[in-house]
Amino acid sequence: MLGLNTKDTRLLLLVIALTMLAPFLLNPFPVDSELAQFNAGYPDLMQRFVIFGIFAIGFNILFGLTGYLSFGHAAFLGVGSYAAIWMMKLLTMNVIPAIIMSVIFAGLFSLLVGWISLRRSGIYFSILTLAFAQMSYALAYSVLTPITGGETGLQAKISDPRILDSNAGEFGRANLFGLQMSENVSLQVGGWDFTFNAGYYVAAFMMIISFYIAIRIFRSPFGMMLRAIKSNQQRLNYTGLNSRPYTLAAFVISGMYAGLAGGLMVAMDTQVGPERMFWTASGEVVLMTILGGAGTLIGPVLGAGMIKYMENIVSKINDTILHQWFSFMPDGLEDFVVTVIHPFIGKGWHLTLGIVFMLVVIFLPGGLMEGGERIAKLFKRKKGSGSGGKDPEHHPTPKPHVA
Amino acid sequence: MDAIILQILNGLDKGSAYALIALGLTLIFGTLGVVNFAHGALFMLGAFCAVTLSRILSLSHVVIDESRKDFLGNPMKVEVPYLHEWFGPEVGATIIDWSVPLSILFAIPVMILIGVIMERGLIKHFYKRPHADQILVTFGLAIVLQEIIKYYYGANPIPTPAPEAFAGSFDFGVLIGFDANSIIYPYWRLVYFGFAMVLVAAVFSFLQFTTFGMVVRAGMADRETVGLLGINIDKRFTIMFGIAAAVAGLAGVMYTPINPPNYHMGMDFLVLSFVVVVVGGMGSLGGAVAAGFLLGVLESLASMGWVIDLVPGINQIIIYLVAIVILLTRPRGLMGRKGVMEE
Repeated sequence: MLGLNTKDTRLLLLVIALTMLAPFLLNPFPVDSELAQFNAGYPDLMQRFVIFGIFAIGFNILFGLTGYLSFGHAAFLGVGSYAAIWMMKLLTMNVIPAIIMSVIFAGLFSLLVGWISLRRSGIYFSILTLAFAQMSYALAYSVLTPITGGETGLQAKISDPRILDSNAGEFGRANLFGLQMSENVSLQVGGWDFTFNAGYYVAAFMMIISFYIAIRIFRSPFGMMLRAIKSNQQRLNYTGLNSRPYTLAAFVISGMYAGLAGGLMVAMDTQVGPERMFWTASGEVVLMTILGGAGTLIGPVLGAGMIKYMENIVSKINDTILHQWFSFMPDGLEDFVVTVIHPFIGKGWHLTLGIVFMLVVIFLPGGLMEGGERIAKLFKRKKGSGSGGKDPEHHPTPKPHVA
Repeated sequence: MDAIILQILNGLDKGSAYALIALGLTLIFGTLGVVNFAHGALFMLGAFCAVTLSRILSLSHVVIDESRKDFLGNPMKVEVPYLHEWFGPEVGATIIDWSVPLSILFAIPVMILIGVIMERGLIKHFYKRPHADQILVTFGLAIVLQEIIKYYYGANPIPTPAPEAFAGSFDFGVLIGFDANSIIYPYWRLVYFGFAMVLVAAVFSFLQFTTFGMVVRAGMADRETVGLLGINIDKRFTIMFGIAAAVAGLAGVMYTPINPPNYHMGMDFLVLSFVVVVVGGMGSLGGAVAAGFLLGVLESLASMGWVIDLVPGINQIIIYLVAIVILLTRPRGLMGRKGVMEE
């Protein structure tokens, strides 16, 4: 289907099914039950899942395929966001021009940054991208205030010109030809309460398209070239191939993905601030990609989902809830268990994230995907079938140590 | 002119911090070949060594003072630090006042221990892994360390003053023939700069003039051959990691009076220190120190009024701009060695 082989078609259909049915899947617990706080099926969080999913898919095209570790991708997300909010302010609250312009502007900016940064590789490349991102952040914060709104950022306002909108001068909401992004349809079945959000489905649709494009890139000769760059750039150069155009193309594509994610963020909440470009935001997308599994198709999406889930759900758990859970224990033991877990929940969710991340890097360099594969292999071995050829994409041979 | 001199002086203390962190980073990179993203966290841990010691020193208990009455006429409860009781109020107060310099003695063994544990427990297993993995695992470690500190010390900056004796400012202008009060420079920053110079000199002479340092330098140049000669180079490199951690920690200890420590100060410095290391040239100790001071001074020169009027926003981006220009024109940084970090 659509130029994909059976395996990829199945993967794509799986992703489509998961995203479309997410409001059901992420709401497994009835509203009144104690476990309802683990429900992630509310619009705001679901939107973030797919938007950061797009961001991570794009980052993976660069890092997973070529091995170039960029520490400045948040800059493209920020540029996309600013482009989108300006389209909404000047033209229309319809999200289409905003999203298109965010992709174009992020693409142009990443072309400039990539053209300079890709002259160097390894840690020098990481530092160059980091330098560009920090410069963009500092400038957005200070000198470029007329364009970026400085510290307060930009919001959609009543006084915006919005020349294409008929209701300019009134308070407008982000919409898609009249369908408001914040519009919800609720469905109540028994004790469950499902919410279907228009904005989520727009973002999910964009993610499915992004995912499809990513599959095509992974399977194309171009993707093969990128993998060749990762495994041995020197040999590639010796065969007379110039690798720069390929890495630059990958860089720009991943920058455009980041811009798309930024544009969608603005489409959902119609505001933007410079902190979106801070280097910790770049670090976050690196964490997502590694956690899920760099170089795999679906890993980054899983990683993005996992981090955003932890950020929103683990941080909500507090001591009272813990006491409820462990109330079956004797009092002394209960207090002890709660005291032990206390640093890892609530505001301490970063600690949990850091530990999980370290464990993944140490024991599962392929991320969650490798973990899943190992478990799957355990079951396969029982059937007695040989392990067969390793999938090169999921087991990239580590680069030789250079010192 | 006096404004320029003042800005150069202002840049020196920040430059000292950059130089010390970058020196430690380069030591680790040069010896073990590991890119340590947790080095900023070590700087932060050092700063919190100073906080911890000052808290330990001011541990106190409540004593009922019969000579003073509160507004109801009852004897007043006064918190008296144990040190006041043991050494008498004057000596006790002096010791508490000097808690930051005293922390140096406290921080050296603690930081060396932390460094050695880190190397033996974690980094050792990453020698054969790609640089990207090393960056990522140390990045994770940095997050964990700073969250632990945040859990125990809270998220707010903790003021830790310098000893009373260094509280004032030094009228530097008079010394070199300017008007009084034209160039005023706090004593503690002068101390910090001097301390950084001493520390840098100590590290360099340790490497240059001791047998241990000679072996380490040989190991940096060619690890395998040194190993073949029957020298346990791994053990020495572990000790060097401890020393690098101690250098970062001491930089943090002495920085606390300048900037009250909080849990994310390490990350703020780390990003800049990496830029410093890359500008100086990966693996070049002298380059790291020179680039640290250079960028510190440039940053503060760029924040002068007329420079900002000329190029708005330059003070925010000067370091990154310099880094980009240097990396593109001198690919190995200012003093980079050939063959280091070139894939």
